Amino acid sequence: MKEEIFISGRNIPHIDPHLAIWEFPISLYLFLGGLSAGILLFSAFTHLLNKDEELKGASKWAPLIVPFALAIGLFALIIDLGNPFYSWKLYTTIRLESPMSWGAWVLLIVTPLSILWIFSDLRKLFPKLNYTKLPFLFKVEDFCVKYKKQMALALIPLTIILGIYTGILLSAFNARPLWNNAILGPLFLVSGLSTAAATIILFAKSAHERHLFSKIDVLLIVIELGLIIHLIMGYYAGNEMQVEAVKILVGGDLTTLFFGFFVALGLLLPLVLEVFELMGFKVPVVVPAILIIVSGLIFRVLMVEAGQITRILY
Amino acid sequence: MRYVMVIDTLKCVGCSDCVVACQTENDVPTGYCRDWVTESVTGTYPEVDIELRSERCNHCDNAPCVRTCPTEASHIIEGGIVLVDRDLCIGCGACIESCPYDARYRHPDLGIVDKCTFCVHRVKKGQDPACVSVCPTNCMYFGDLDDSNSKVAQLLAERKHKVLAKEAGTSPNVYYLI
Repeated sequence: MKEEIFISGRNIPHIDPHLAIWEFPISLYLFLGGLSAGILLFSAFTHLLNKDEELKGASKWAPLIVPFALAIGLFALIIDLGNPFYSWKLYTTIRLESPMSWGAWVLLIVTPLSILWIFSDLRKLFPKLNYTKLPFLFKVEDFCVKYKKQMALALIPLTIILGIYTGILLSAFNARPLWNNAILGPLFLVSGLSTAAATIILFAKSAHERHLFSKIDVLLIVIELGLIIHLIMGYYAGNEMQVEAVKILVGGDLTTLFFGFFVALGLLLPLVLEVFELMGFKVPVVVPAILIIVSGLIFRVLMVEAGQITRILY
Repeated sequence: MRYVMVIDTLKCVGCSDCVVACQTENDVPTGYCRDWVTESVTGTYPEVDIELRSERCNHCDNAPCVRTCPTEASHIIEGGIVLVDRDLCIGCGACIESCPYDARYRHPDLGIVDKCTFCVHRVKKGQDPACVSVCPTNCMYFGDLDDSNSKVAQLLAERKHKVLAKEAGTSPNVYYLI
């Protein structure tokens, strides 16, 4: 038996008895970052494959929410800082060893790019828009239309980095055994793509587009389930601290949230519903799509919280 | 030059004088502390072993807090002391998450991250850190490990010792004599 206590009466807020430095805003930021990355990636691909008109939901409508999602995500990130008014100091240096640093830089590039990306089609989507009072916007629009292909080519690597970054931000901390799992980056990327596909289903303008993204989503959920098995196996194959850490998800306090709400209600149920819909059964597509989106957020809240409860034992 | 702290767990009585001295010396916010005393009990009665440890930032050679800091606020100065530059810190908490020793906290008034500095302001004047200087049992030692004549180098050469969470790969510089 081993028991350790602080006899000097240490009880620091947000540190003891376990860390709670990163709370809901960080989870929301990771969720919105992954969602935005996924939508932009799908949108860029539809443009490069010349399917803009065929897949209007993916190419034009869904990206409209991205600048707002990124703005809310960044706002959440900034209010979670101890020194929000000094957040610009993130941009005084680039530190490749620090995921927080290169993630901030990628966001700095992707956020304006997402605005330019939707700007090229904005007047087609909203014909009443008129820039006559701000004529320079016509030039911006011309620029966006002219360089749309180049933007799409840039968005593909940038959004993949952004999607993976949301996971690597956590997995880079070896002091938190539950986070310190290399599969977390790919898992967050796939989860982000899956929530993006679900969002595009909500924006789809034709049955063809809805079915295509349902198929993509089915594939992504299957990959995600595979990665989750990989994740859990990784803990059990790990050292004592990781075996101890995974108990929180398997049999511990967060088991219901993880297996019940995330895996069962958020992945398996929508998977079955989407397969049924593709087989021709009448399923309201909103249901699986909303389940996937909500479970994506639950997953991030869960991982951010659970990781901070686990620690290196000594 | 390599500053280390050596703490004799066999002499420590767990009085927490080091904690109070640090709080006073460094104007630590009320309710917070940069060092603390841990009582570690192993075994079952009657075969029980108790170890008392005064713990703090380990001023690691391979400091994960320095690695994960996005603004270079966490840095290592000559002698291996890990410090936080208050003008650069944005309080993102990445260093707090990365520390296996939970030795950092967010300052409640300033928003920046705060922790043990090995009392660098005293060390520069040739004095010992506040915690070391007040210890009533003289169980704490501070000095340069690269100087083979220093007390810390001699103690580590003679006595059995350990560091905390060696497996985290941080190369800590606070040693415990056991």
